[in-house]
Amino acid sequence: MSGDRKDLFRYGEEFLQLFSRGAEFTKELLTENERLRANLAALEQEQAEASKTPEEWDKYREELQARLRDLEQECESVRTRLRQVEEENQQFAVRYLEIEEENNNLANLYVASYQLHSTLDLDEVLKIIVEIVINLVGAEIFAVYLLDGDSGQLDVAVCEGAEMADFPSCSRPGSMIAKSFETGEPICGDPTQRPNLEEPIVCIPLIVQNRPIGLIGIFGLLQQKDGFSALDHELFSVMGGHASTALFAARLYSQSERKLNTIQGFIDLLTK
Amino acid sequence: MDRKRILIVEDSPTMRQLLVFALRRLKNVDIVEAQDGMDGLRKISSDHFDLALIDINMPVMDGLKLISLIRGEDSLSDIPIVVITTEGAKEDRERALSLGANEYLTKPIQANHVLTIVKGLMKDEAKA
Repeated sequence: MSGDRKDLFRYGEEFLQLFSRGAEFTKELLTENERLRANLAALEQEQAEASKTPEEWDKYREELQARLRDLEQECESVRTRLRQVEEENQQFAVRYLEIEEENNNLANLYVASYQLHSTLDLDEVLKIIVEIVINLVGAEIFAVYLLDGDSGQLDVAVCEGAEMADFPSCSRPGSMIAKSFETGEPICGDPTQRPNLEEPIVCIPLIVQNRPIGLIGIFGLLQQKDGFSALDHELFSVMGGHASTALFAARLYSQSERKLNTIQGFIDLLTK
Repeated sequence: MDRKRILIVEDSPTMRQLLVFALRRLKNVDIVEAQDGMDGLRKISSDHFDLALIDINMPVMDGLKLISLIRGEDSLSDIPIVVITTEGAKEDRERALSLGANEYLTKPIQANHVLTIVKGLMKDEAKA
């Protein structure tokens, strides 16, 4: 009797398993059925479109062709705009570089003029002129000549690259230095010329109120310096204008200091 | 973002001012100036720097001596060094580079060129 009950349970379990598999299978069938329905609907729609009349197809084709033409035009105009933007971009890049260079040049000129007017000590001003000519212009052999008020002679006040005595005198008539000093016009020769103490490459007259007070003569450039840029010519102008006023102011200041000391000495003498 | 510190060792106030002008265009950078090699050594030994711009011809202590002292010091040996000098001869360049300079620029300098090199070296240092 107990054996029959066990068999009955086993049959029951087998039946339940079979039943659950049947339920899963039914679910799968329903899903597949759904998918097939969707496929059928899509096919029916395609069939409906395919069943259009030739006139409808022509109209449809014309519409598509018109759309295509519009898109091609739009594409062309976008391409044209892109080319314009690229050109503008190029122009901006070039302009940016120009402005950057201009900015650098202005910084050089600002620093040069700032330093020149930063002191009233004559030796300091001469030192700054030397620094500018070496570091900003790139000169190796040069001299700064100053006019001696008493003798009317141009004497070397400071120099670099050679002995003071080796620099040419400015009294030689017709020389480049004498010519530049007399006319007050800067003279710029060939920057590739070999250093030559007889013939300067550049002469920059130092002028205050139309009166030359000195001159900077450059006779040789640093070996890496192979020519003059626009900035160099601007620096020559700055030196011609600002170095001369700085030197003039420093000379006046030292003279006034001397006179002040003399007067103070007299006053002290009288009051004691 | 970390601020970077650059040391300029140059005896010419004109050049120092010009370099400061150029380097000020970099963001997040502090610039410290030294007026000769000894002053430079004092400053670089007592503070952290990410890069040093060093002139060669200077009073008290020249740039080459300063570079060799920096490279001889373990704590400073990684600092990128850019030489800025009037000496354009090949042997001067080779000497400075052999002592440990990373770049060698000759005067007169182009501010853009200096900036490009400084940016490149500081980027390399950040990567290392």
